[in-house]
Amino acid sequence: MQKLTKDDVHPKIVQALLGADVHITVDDALENEMILNMGPQHPATHGVLRLLLRLDGETVVACVPELGYLHRGYEKMAENMTYLEFVPHTDRLDYISPPANNVAYALAVEKLAGITAPPRAQYIRMLLAELARMCSHLVAIGALAMDVGALTVFLWGLREREKILDFFDAICGARFTTSYTRIGGVASDVTSDALKNIIAFINQFEEKFDEMERLLNGNRIFIERLEGVGVIGKDDAIDLGFTGPNLRGSGVEFDLRRATPYLFYNEMDFNIPVYTEGDCLARYFVRSDELRESAKIVRQVIDKIPNGEVMLNSPKKALPRKTEIYTKMEELIHDFMIVNHGINPPVGEVYHAVENPKGELGFYLVSKGEGQPWRMKIRSPSFANLQAIPLMVKGHMISDVVAIVGSIDPIMGEADK
Amino acid sequence: MKELLTEKLTKQFPEITFEVIEQFGELTLKFDKSEIVHVCTFLKAEESLKFNFCEDVTAIDWAVRKNRFTVVYHIFSMENKFRLCLKVDVDESECTVESVSSIWKSANWAEREAYDMFGITFLHHPDLRRMYMPEEFDYHPLRKEYPLMGIPGAIPLPKK
Amino acid sequence: MGLESKLINDGFFTTTIDALAAWARESSVWPMPMGISCCAIEMMASGDPKYDISRFGSEVMRFTPRQCDLMIVAGTVTYKMAHVVKKIFDQMPEPKWVIAMGACTSTGGMYRSYNVVQGIDQFLPVDVYAAGCPPRPENLLNALMQIQDKIGKTRVKDFPDLPHLSHETKLTDPTFSKN
Repeated sequence: MQKLTKDDVHPKIVQALLGADVHITVDDALENEMILNMGPQHPATHGVLRLLLRLDGETVVACVPELGYLHRGYEKMAENMTYLEFVPHTDRLDYISPPANNVAYALAVEKLAGITAPPRAQYIRMLLAELARMCSHLVAIGALAMDVGALTVFLWGLREREKILDFFDAICGARFTTSYTRIGGVASDVTSDALKNIIAFINQFEEKFDEMERLLNGNRIFIERLEGVGVIGKDDAIDLGFTGPNLRGSGVEFDLRRATPYLFYNEMDFNIPVYTEGDCLARYFVRSDELRESAKIVRQVIDKIPNGEVMLNSPKKALPRKTEIYTKMEELIHDFMIVNHGINPPVGEVYHAVENPKGELGFYLVSKGEGQPWRMKIRSPSFANLQAIPLMVKGHMISDVVAIVGSIDPIMGEADK
Repeated sequence: MKELLTEKLTKQFPEITFEVIEQFGELTLKFDKSEIVHVCTFLKAEESLKFNFCEDVTAIDWAVRKNRFTVVYHIFSMENKFRLCLKVDVDESECTVESVSSIWKSANWAEREAYDMFGITFLHHPDLRRMYMPEEFDYHPLRKEYPLMGIPGAIPLPKK
Repeated sequence: MGLESKLINDGFFTTTIDALAAWARESSVWPMPMGISCCAIEMMASGDPKYDISRFGSEVMRFTPRQCDLMIVAGTVTYKMAHVVKKIFDQMPEPKWVIAMGACTSTGGMYRSYNVVQGIDQFLPVDVYAAGCPPRPENLLNALMQIQDKIGKTRVKDFPDLPHLSHETKLTDPTFSKN
């Protein structure tokens, strides 16, 4: 069979291949190269990401990601609603670990308003953030294994995740999109039964996760599929804005829980796993080690949790208790004002970032003293992590692209905002 | 850290006036937009400061006649664990500012997003096109005059 | 549809074959998961060991539209994504059904903004709407059961654009010759 040259192919076919909305110019198309569209809908369950790949045979020469298929207009909506009304929207940012986003947003608004939640509320927030990290990493490892071909790990990971979602149900009232934190604390208290059940879960989690790891860590196909694929060096990683497990897989020991401590993380004893190779396998090992560290932190949090209130007693800034609203006049008025007109933080700006399971989630809030923010910018980790894909896929094959996207673990809900 | 920073900057750039704002435990520096590349190159290269991580580049629309936009840069130094915020004012009549994507690669997409949402052109950007909205879209959504529900018919829907 | 298309008249034998075909079709609905955002995670959760969807016959969640008969639109559909969803829907062979999962697909949900389509029924024919943000997996399974009820009531004469081999009927439906 002879190779097709430019003269054999009708010029209209070339035009159709390049398409109207592709922005990379290909000179001498169909000489050796073709353009492949890994469209917004594809089986790797990482959401609606469009990758335009320029291929030479099966090797990727260049890649252009296109975002915007899930752009819901968060920042514009935030300018029209009060700080408290925005909490359910933060759930849907990184939609695999909703409590972590709630915690990040509540911390940012509290920094702006100049209040701090009571200690028990902060411990509960830490507990939820770490459980959310475990949820997220279980799905990430499961999805990576599923993309590479190991379907069992995905189902086992989801089984463990269902147990954690049962705890979210018991504590927050909703199993998935929790909307649990409020400005000044959390919505409701945790019962001691729930804490006992969480300890029981953590006790059996270690050996269940060992089972999952046994399927993967010694598996020759898994290792050959991921080793040496998608290597990114230390300087490139920092320059491109990588954060989270992706950065720690490239040898940079940087974790916002240690660098700029928030909540009570400086009193917890945990390690930060770092691997230097920078390939997909290193990022997988970082995530699986972080799962174990999160289990350790959850144990310590439940040990040390103090008794007390879960909501700050500050009438102008934090919602009053529901039992008092129905009986006392002051609380009723404050509740009305806070819900309808919003808390009025002082004029100013604040940027607060926390260590989300995917990386650094930051909220930049500009306030003009009103109940709504004047501008809210969400610095999402997946947006910055996706920037590195054109660099990482060069020279690899199409099936490696799937593994690379899986190991970066992007969530399009926060990348597209 | 704040004293070290202000001392080094005033020594290196004696002709620029820096407006120093400190609130909520964070430091913000405000200066003229023509110097942004020089200041950022210095901040990244200087040994004791080493701001090697650009977290975010964004913009604010103040909806006033003079100096309508402000472009905000959040940069972080991993060694000193210090976060700095830089702000430059951009007027609507000359809606351009130099791009810092040659200094930090992570600013590349962030600036594309600012261009898409606000219409601020970044000069010498390697690939300035829209980020979220389709290329044929004519408006810039995050400007204050663009309505929340959008302009009907701006993006076509497929037929039933 | 080969044998039963010959048997148009409503005799005892034909209605039994009809009912048998409808039962077979409803017990093996293969969904096409158009997973876009958060509802997709609950759709994945409805496939996990706790809320098994494969006991309803929907084990095979093929991501290619050519092999599916049910499209579960899970997640917020933006104007940019609407063209993609419509394209994939057009690629599915008849007969096909659509579940609009969640508030965002039913009416635009909590996103009243410039880029979100306020309800996918503006460009897709929807059969069942599942409420929730996101709907719990049990809710999605309920929606699937309602689709199964709907399929169980279909008969041959509901799919007119398929070839009738009987010499008495004519091809009167103008939509038959589309793509």
